[in-house]
Amino acid sequence: MSVALPLVEHFAAGLDAPICLTWELTYACNLDCRHCLSSSGRRDPRELSTAEAKGVIDELEAMQVFYVNIGGGEPTIRRDFWEIVDYAVAHHVGVKFSTNGSRITPEVAGRIAGSDYLDVQVSLDGATAEINDAVRGQGSFATAVGALENLATAGVRDFKLSVVCTRHNLPQLDDLKALADRYGAQLRLTRLRPSGRGAVVWNELHPTAEQQQVLYRWLLAHGEEVLTGDSFFHLAGFGEPLPGLNLCGAGRVVCLIDPVGDVYACPFAIHDAFLAGNVRDPGGFGHLWRHSELFRSLREPEAAGACGSCSAYDSCRGGCMAAKFFTGLPLAGPDPECVKGHGAAALAAVTPGSQPRPSPDHSRVAFLGRRVDRACDEHPLAGTELATTASA
Amino acid sequence: MTSVLDQPLGVAPQVSVRPERFGALLYHFGTRRLSFLKDRRLLDVVERLDGSPSAREACSAAGVSETALPAFERALARLVETDMLRERRP
Repeated sequence: MSVALPLVEHFAAGLDAPICLTWELTYACNLDCRHCLSSSGRRDPRELSTAEAKGVIDELEAMQVFYVNIGGGEPTIRRDFWEIVDYAVAHHVGVKFSTNGSRITPEVAGRIAGSDYLDVQVSLDGATAEINDAVRGQGSFATAVGALENLATAGVRDFKLSVVCTRHNLPQLDDLKALADRYGAQLRLTRLRPSGRGAVVWNELHPTAEQQQVLYRWLLAHGEEVLTGDSFFHLAGFGEPLPGLNLCGAGRVVCLIDPVGDVYACPFAIHDAFLAGNVRDPGGFGHLWRHSELFRSLREPEAAGACGSCSAYDSCRGGCMAAKFFTGLPLAGPDPECVKGHGAAALAAVTPGSQPRPSPDHSRVAFLGRRVDRACDEHPLAGTELATTASA
Repeated sequence: MTSVLDQPLGVAPQVSVRPERFGALLYHFGTRRLSFLKDRRLLDVVERLDGSPSAREACSAAGVSETALPAFERALARLVETDMLRERRP
């Protein structure tokens, strides 16, 4: 008998309910980040209504889901954002929400400071405006830092500074940590995925093999003081496991509800291949979680495929499903960023252009460069030529 | 030093307990930490704490044997340390 053991074997077989899940409330965003994993920009007219969102929370409460990671898009753009948050907290579903900081005024910061069941993470992808704004858009660094200031001034403790690691900001790890420390925030590092618009910039922005090693050592040195959302379990192939479960939780302990109520295996896998169903279907979310064919199959023991003979497989378990899928690699095989170098070899064998296209796409400017219908835009700046983003 | 077993314990107010096939998950909304109870009997003990004058009596009511008691004591002490459980005060 013991406590606080990573019960990987139970988790791999799936839990009766997610521990937490990601809930993107809207595809609307005032930024247009180049690597946005949900290809956000414009609101989708089919997004869940306030009543439907509350219905989802009722289900999560009944299933005892501890908390939801609310994102988008920029979730605070929804007019009913606080109504939904308050409803969740009142129904014992904790809320962590991701924001680009544009609406974290001193008043909002004060409101966050007043609740133990509310946690906020501000997205920032560089320790300097130069590095950050190149990905998230001009002025987004100043906006995010303004939000950090407001949160710190209001007395919010342990809020998060959330960074997607790229080739350009990895040399700034110590500076990012110092920036978080300055505001009493906790640094959270996550992995760049080739999901959504991230597929377009992945080759350009994903860390080099040398940087992966530097990151691994840095994460080991900082232990639990830096959060990763279990993002980097593929790095466990270097040797020692990093803090966390070191397991792909897709459909087992986590999942994603998107703004229109579609339920995907994970936030990085917004594609029909990973779509379990919709919360509006009969039986709702609970039925999907427990009975969908997709989730049941994800809880079966994984096939190691080409990784079967690798000594590191027990540590990395083949890496990230979404990263493999969107780079055109077979799911039973190495991660594109496999630390043993098997990913690079596998990628060389992928026919260019054969990679699955991310779906759906709510970018304000479609991939082909054609301007799309703006009827659904909510933000006054929507549709303008701001170079900016939304990452969860 | 007194044993955690002699204290009246209870689940901390900000902690949610979710039974699972293997035992239970505990989530602390204040520290935002997750803990696991890898044993159904430990869950039984935790659920009896509030109604028992001491943790020792909760263990006894849950049928924990003398030989198994030290392991339960360690588990409970760890849960107190991480603020999942607290001493109940009148």
